[in-house]
Amino acid sequence: MNSLIPLIEVKNVDVSYSGHCVLSGANVVVRRGEIVTLIGPNGAGKTTLVRVMLGLLRPTVGTVSRQPGLSIGYMPQRLSIDPALPITVKRFLQLGSPQGLRKDQCAEVLEEVGAGHVIAQPMQGISGGELQRVLLARALLREPDVLVLDEPVQGVDLTGQAELYRLIEGIREHRNVGVVMVSHDLHVVMAQTDHVICLNQHVCCAGHPSAVSVHPEFVALFGTDVASTLAVYAHKHDHEHTLDGHVEEGHVDGREHVHVHGESCHHG
Amino acid sequence: MGANMSMSMGRAVIMDEWGLGLNVDAFLVRALLAGCAVAIVAGPLGAFVVWRRMAYFGGALSHTALLGVALGFLLGVEPIAGVSFVVVAVALILGGLQRVRGLSLDTLLGVVAHAALALGLIVASTLEGVRIDLMGYLFGDILAVGWADVAWIWLSIAVILGALSFLWRDLLSATVHADLAQVEGVNVRRTDVIFMLLLACVVALAMQVVGILLVTSMLIIPASAVRSLSRTPEAMAVLAAGTGVISVCAGLWASYLFDIPAGPGIVAAASLLFVGGMLVKSRA
Repeated sequence: MNSLIPLIEVKNVDVSYSGHCVLSGANVVVRRGEIVTLIGPNGAGKTTLVRVMLGLLRPTVGTVSRQPGLSIGYMPQRLSIDPALPITVKRFLQLGSPQGLRKDQCAEVLEEVGAGHVIAQPMQGISGGELQRVLLARALLREPDVLVLDEPVQGVDLTGQAELYRLIEGIREHRNVGVVMVSHDLHVVMAQTDHVICLNQHVCCAGHPSAVSVHPEFVALFGTDVASTLAVYAHKHDHEHTLDGHVEEGHVDGREHVHVHGESCHHG
Repeated sequence: MGANMSMSMGRAVIMDEWGLGLNVDAFLVRALLAGCAVAIVAGPLGAFVVWRRMAYFGGALSHTALLGVALGFLLGVEPIAGVSFVVVAVALILGGLQRVRGLSLDTLLGVVAHAALALGLIVASTLEGVRIDLMGYLFGDILAVGWADVAWIWLSIAVILGALSFLWRDLLSATVHADLAQVEGVNVRRTDVIFMLLLACVVALAMQVVGILLVTSMLIIPASAVRSLSRTPEAMAVLAAGTGVISVCAGLWASYLFDIPAGPGIVAAASLLFVGGMLVKSRA
């Protein structure tokens, strides 16, 4: 496939549920070999945007284009299988690949993600970290062009989180896939991501991590303390978001500040 | 024909003190054939009902069956035709209702189930010149099934099992995680609708065996009884079918021997097996 054509492209997408707008003016481009990260507070529309990209949700306004024949490996935010369903990790992996796997393929991919030892265990009996690796393995078994990971380190301890992020980084390199990731871990996002999209019901700011981490909207969302550990400098902001994400003009401390909003940022 | 009347007939033909005589009456053979057929299909579908936590959905569907019976009499068609129509229609409506805001599906199911049961009882009471055997419909009248019923039940079972095996992989995938299945190319919406239709058909069939109020038990008790013995979804489905068949045989035998109603006898037998399954689990 042509690496210049985006794998997935989201253009000016709005999503409303019964008149209530949860996402507006979202633009995302996912290219092969790139990691795109979505950050933002709870309720910012991260998962909504992911669902739009996956084709699970039709946008109210705007377009989503996926490369023809695109294979997507999806890692959902949570998986809760009823304890009454007897299913082993191996069977769970096989369920995702209708077109017949090679005999040892499940075991190989599980080894690749560092969870080879759980292959015969019941899905409900493995730890949070193992579950995330198994989900990642299922996504990889589809030999994806793009991986869509909704909070891939959820329920994983700190050491495990770092390992998982290294793993994802390695997969991007070895398999040359595009990666879309929802994450809360700003340090990792800033260190490993090519493109960050900061959401709060609209795209607050987007770009290379070094640019985003000093963007006033980013600072306003995550606070000066967080921002200053991530960036060389941080500054105050000219508008605030209320709890429901509504934009309020005004100055926290009266200091003037002028910044340029992205074209998708409708409140500048 | 009421369940109790059937039962007294059953009592009359016992050949020896264990009720195991070879000269078994035809009505008992028909009951066994019908009951086993329903058990065979209720096992696998019941497993999905358990895995998908839809026990209350099955219950709600079966409660609407009485309305179908009453409408059948009202329109002068076979009660089972009325039941099939109403149950399938309600299944489709409930499938669509999953998106209603502000009320949980659980609550909606409760509303629909009891509204339909009440409406069914009202319609049944207003029918002129017809006395519907309520006990027979509520608690089953398996000893009254005829050869035509048996043939019809087996034919339906064959179709349902065929559809289920065709649907198996997609249904399992959607049960594990609907969004993941959808992204991986499963048509989840279509799969869910077909599953609900199959469930509606099994409810209509099981109603004839154990009655409206006990239909859910045919679905969930055998499946839950064998959970601890199963290592794969398929094993659980097959074992559930087997457990259902054993329950039907044991229940009918007990009904024959002790002059108890057949439907409740079957459910009681399944419940005993369920307790046995629990004991296996606590030992492991």
